[in-house]
Amino acid sequence: MTDAGPANMAASEGIDFGAGQSRMELKNVSKGYGEEWEFDQVLGNLSLEVEAGMLTVVVGPSGCGKSTLVNLIAGFETPDTGTILLDGSEVTGPGKERMVVFQETALMPWQTTYENIVFGPKLRGDYQGGNLEAEAVKLIEKVGLADFKDKYPLQLSGGMQRRAELARALINEPRIMIMDEPFRGLDAMSRELMQEFFLKIFEENRRTQIFVTSEIDEAIFLADRLVVLSNKPAEVRTVIDIDLPRPRDFKMMSSPEAYRYKSEAMEILHEEAMKSFSDSASASGFMEVYAKTGD
Amino acid sequence: MSKPTGLAYFWYTLEQRMATPTPYLTMFGLSLWIFTYWLLCEGLEFWRFGKIPGPVTVLTDWFARDPFQGISIFKEEYYIHIWSSCRRIAIAFCIATGVGVPLGLFMGWSKAFRDYTFPILEVLRPIPPLAWVPLAILMFSGFETPVIFLATLASLFVTTLNTMLGVDSIDEEYFRAAGCLGSSKWQIFTNVVVPGALPFIFTGLQISVGVAWFSLVAAEMVSGDYGLGYLIVDSFMNNVTVPMVIGMLTLGLVGWGTSVMVRQVGRQLMQWQVKELAQQDR
Repeated sequence: MTDAGPANMAASEGIDFGAGQSRMELKNVSKGYGEEWEFDQVLGNLSLEVEAGMLTVVVGPSGCGKSTLVNLIAGFETPDTGTILLDGSEVTGPGKERMVVFQETALMPWQTTYENIVFGPKLRGDYQGGNLEAEAVKLIEKVGLADFKDKYPLQLSGGMQRRAELARALINEPRIMIMDEPFRGLDAMSRELMQEFFLKIFEENRRTQIFVTSEIDEAIFLADRLVVLSNKPAEVRTVIDIDLPRPRDFKMMSSPEAYRYKSEAMEILHEEAMKSFSDSASASGFMEVYAKTGD
Repeated sequence: MSKPTGLAYFWYTLEQRMATPTPYLTMFGLSLWIFTYWLLCEGLEFWRFGKIPGPVTVLTDWFARDPFQGISIFKEEYYIHIWSSCRRIAIAFCIATGVGVPLGLFMGWSKAFRDYTFPILEVLRPIPPLAWVPLAILMFSGFETPVIFLATLASLFVTTLNTMLGVDSIDEEYFRAAGCLGSSKWQIFTNVVVPGALPFIFTGLQISVGVAWFSLVAAEMVSGDYGLGYLIVDSFMNNVTVPMVIGMLTLGLVGWGTSVMVRQVGRQLMQWQVKELAQQDR
C-alpha cells in the first residue's frame, strides 16, 4: 500500500501490473470428505491460475465448495491430490504471506481494534516497516476507524468490523489476500461502500487477490478476471476477463458491457445451479413444473 | 456533563437505581416472603410450622445483646463460625481454581491430554461429596483438612468441566485467524484459548463457589469443631432451633456475597463482554 505511484502509472499506461506481485497456481486439486461409502467429492481436479497483481473473483453456485477452496489455499486443510503453488513453492500450512479475511468476523472479541491489528506482527516479532504502532495507527485512520481504535469488536458495526479485519490482514503485507465472502451479511448500503473501499485499497498497489463470492454483481464490479466454478465436484467451468476500466464506479454496472458479462456468467451459474437442484430427488417435481413454465 | 467521581458517582448511580422498578419489586417480594414465613410459623402456627422459629423470634435473637439461645451478632462465637467457614471456602476455592482452570484449559486444548484425563474425571464427578466423607476422614487427620478436601473436590470438578467446555466453545475461526497471522501453538494458547474460555470459566467459578458451600456444610456437619454447617447441626442436636435458622440465613447471605465477588472479578477481567451487554441495553 506504500508504492501507490508506480501501480497507478502502470494501470494508466496499460503495462503489466503484475511486476513484483505474487502469483498462485492450483494444479489438479481435489478434495473430498467422509468415509469411503459416503464420500463427498467437493473439489474435483480443479486447476486455476491466479495471475500476479490481478483481482481474481471466484463465483459458483452455493454449496459448490468455495469455502473448501479457501481453506486449501489458506493452508488450513491439505488437498487430497494436486498441488497449490505460491510463486512456485508449495503451500503446506497457514502462513502470513496468505492472509484470509473470513466470512464471519474473526476479530478477537477480547482485543481492541488496535490490539487486533497489531496482533500478527507483534506475536511474530518480525515487523519490518519501521514503527509498528505508528504504522497501525496510520492504517486505522485509513480504514476510517480512528475513533474506534480502543473499542472492542462487539462495539463496532458490521462494516467497521470488516474494515478492521482488512487492516489486520494488510499490516502483515501478505503476498496474496484471500477474501472469503467478506461482505456477506452486511446491509446493501454498507456492502456497496465496502466494495468501493476494498477496490480503492486494491487499486492502490494491486496486491494479488482471490475474492470468493456468491453475488454476481459484486463479482463483476470487483473482478479483473471472473472464475466460474461448476457444480460439486467443483472445477473451473469458465474464466471471463472483465475489461471494465479502473478505477471502477458503480455507474459502470449499468453499462452494456457489464450487462453482457453478467448475463454470460448468470447463464452458466444458472445451468450449474439447476444441475445441483435436479440432483436432489425431492426437487424433481418442481423441476418438471419449472421446465414446462420455462418453455 | 463529565463523569462524576467518588461519592457523587455513588449518589448518581443510586438515584438511577431508585428510578427503576427493581428495588421496589425486590422489597415487595422480600416482604411478601417474610410475611408468609411469619404467618405460617408465628401468626397462625399452622400445622407443624409452629415448631419452627419464626421471623420475629429469629430476628430478635439475631440482633440481641444477650440472646436466649446463645447466638447473635454480639457473640464472638458467631464470627468464629463465619470465619472458619469462609477461610475453608477461600482455601478450597483457591485450590480448586488453581488446579481446575489449568486442567480444564489443557483438556480442552490438547486432545491427547483429554484422552488421558477425561474418563477419570467423568467417573469421579458423579460421586457426591457426602460419599467421600469416610474416605476423607481416613485420609486426612484433624478437622480442618478433610473438610477443605471435600469442598475442594466438589468445586474442582465444576471448574474443570466448565473450563474445558469453554475451550470447546471457542469458534474455530479464531484459531484459524491466529494461525494465519503466524502464532505459535503456545501463543494461540495464551491469546485465544485463555481469553476465549474466560466467559465459561467464570460461569463455572460462580457455580463452583456455590458447590463449595454445599459440600463444606455437609462436611462440617459430619466432621468439624466450628463453622456454619457445624453450628446448624450442633444447634439441632442440642434442640436450640433459633441458632440453627440464624446459621442457615447467615450461610445464605455469605454465600451470596462470595458469588457476587466472583462475578465482579469476572466483569473486571472481561470488559469486552460487559461493554457488549451495555450496548445491547441501549
